[in-house]
Amino acid sequence: MKNLLIGPIAALSLTTAAYAEGDLFIFNWTDYTPPDLIEKFEKETGINVTIDTYDSNETVLAKLKSGSTGYDIVVIANPWVNVMAEEGLIRKINASELPGYDNLDDRWKSPTWDPDNAYSVPYQWGLTSFVVNTDVYDGDIDTLDVLFNPPEELQGKIGMLNSPSEAVTLAQIYLGMDFCQTDVENMQKVETVLLDQAPHVKVYNSAGVIERMASNETAGHMAWNGNAMRARGLNDKVKMSFPKEGIVGWMDNLAVPTGARHPENAEKFISYLMQPENIAMVSNHARFANAVPGADQYLDAELRDAPELAAPDGVDIKFLVTCGEDANRLIDRVWTKVKK
Amino acid sequence: MALAEPFTAKDKVAASAKRRNLIPFLGLPAVAVIVCFMVGPMLIALSFSFLTAGVYGGVDLPFTIEAYRQFLFERNLDDSLSFDNSYLVIYGRTILLAGLTVVISIVIGLPTAWYMATRTPKVRERLVLLVTIPFWTSLLVRTYCWVLILRDQGLANGLLREIGLITEPLPLLYSYGSILFGLVYSFLPFMILPIYAALEKVDFRLIEAAYDLYASRAAIFLKVVLPLAKPGVIAGSMLVFAPSVGSFLAPDLLGGGKKLMIGSLIQMQFTTSRNWSFGAACAMLLMAVVLTVLVFAVRQSKKERHA
Repeated sequence: MKNLLIGPIAALSLTTAAYAEGDLFIFNWTDYTPPDLIEKFEKETGINVTIDTYDSNETVLAKLKSGSTGYDIVVIANPWVNVMAEEGLIRKINASELPGYDNLDDRWKSPTWDPDNAYSVPYQWGLTSFVVNTDVYDGDIDTLDVLFNPPEELQGKIGMLNSPSEAVTLAQIYLGMDFCQTDVENMQKVETVLLDQAPHVKVYNSAGVIERMASNETAGHMAWNGNAMRARGLNDKVKMSFPKEGIVGWMDNLAVPTGARHPENAEKFISYLMQPENIAMVSNHARFANAVPGADQYLDAELRDAPELAAPDGVDIKFLVTCGEDANRLIDRVWTKVKK
Repeated sequence: MALAEPFTAKDKVAASAKRRNLIPFLGLPAVAVIVCFMVGPMLIALSFSFLTAGVYGGVDLPFTIEAYRQFLFERNLDDSLSFDNSYLVIYGRTILLAGLTVVISIVIGLPTAWYMATRTPKVRERLVLLVTIPFWTSLLVRTYCWVLILRDQGLANGLLREIGLITEPLPLLYSYGSILFGLVYSFLPFMILPIYAALEKVDFRLIEAAYDLYASRAAIFLKVVLPLAKPGVIAGSMLVFAPSVGSFLAPDLLGGGKKLMIGSLIQMQFTTSRNWSFGAACAMLLMAVVLTVLVFAVRQSKKERHA
């Protein structure tokens, strides 16, 4: 319903309030924009905000490709930033010149998917590895071997995320490979790892991870760090691994679509979210980490002290990339063979 | 009894010429619905299956049969093709599970329907209501409830442990058995209701007559009851087979997503695999399977009627 209405509303407000500084249309994941933050932003700037939501990266791509969306801000995952920039779907914002840019943590400035932050600014980020119930297995969990070649205690009690790309990328880190392999022999090694692991896997399911770990239905589970934190909240024996081989990272970013009608307001909003107290509101709502170190003091205590949200120094975070057609076909083939 | 009604109905129609002229148009809404919501989408899917998959989802020109080729052959680096049985295995497994679902549903559904049909009309009404009650709740919610009941820490294992029958939890979930259970649970009402509808119309004097002619109980069941129930069994089988073969809730939730079924395979092609044309081709091939079964079933029932 919202999706149907946003277009006409955007068009209408364009004609009636073309010169009023009033509007900002945001397109974000469901339940990912804190309402109190928007209220605060509206009060402080006098800009009128409208939010529309989506549930998959492909939706955003399809909508932006279709042209007339009327959105001024989109939140997109890092693997899609360069794809959308190449396709001309998002515009240059030269974030490094925006007020507040200096607040960003140095390591998130000029990321691989967006050199010099020409198109995007970090919003929230997370990690994907695995959790273990230390009551069941109390050995070292600092290696992906525990997940892919589980010790006896964990055999038959492993849960995996049911997503070919996520399972394959973690297996590739385990094997020390780059993502998006187009080398068939390398992908056969990935297939072997996943096939050897399969007899020990109890369930492949991306939903319900928190609940399965809290209820001891699984003793080890591939998991996102936000969920790992929430599972520990329910069962304090749940511990997240930061494997020595590396860990998968993802970043959601603020960007401005090419067809934005209020680009100045969009830049105002981006600057606003680089202020520590504002981006902290997002983390407190979404339960993920942000890229502004100064925001820590505004975080809920539960988040500030969570070991899951802060990767220890020396952990190699490998950020997701969008694979091309050939690599994606091979991922699909591996997954099909593992589950045939 | 069957002769009297059509005559009166015909007379009424003849009495109003105006109304008769309208009759051909009464079918229009049905035709419109079928064209818009069934034929249209099917044609779109059919054309997608012959197009080239877009890099980030969607489809592009040119037309190709690549998607159908992918079903049987995988393309090697040097562009040569080698036979790959993965998809045949997935289809075979799914069809087998759907077939077993039909058989089990008949075994449970036939006696249930017989019991229902032999009650007094008032009780019958209530029983039909009972059979339809599960439909009032979303299938997703009901399937998830079975996860909660069957899992290691679930109700079933808890109960068995409580009364001392087991010490270690039984692995009730995440197997072919639990998928089959889920499919039978989901679609059993589609078997019971058509068989009940067929049996409800049975003239029970036929069975009395069989008794009078010294037929054994087995002979009565095989030669009288079963033939009378057959149209219901065939309709029920079709209604159970079609959704079972395309289901992905039971395989993913109760089966633990360990093995791909046709439904989850197709869903995967339209999402993470970004291969819409292959997804559409899989859907077309699934439809071909269902249609073949349907044609076979219809022929079978026609043969029966003529015999």
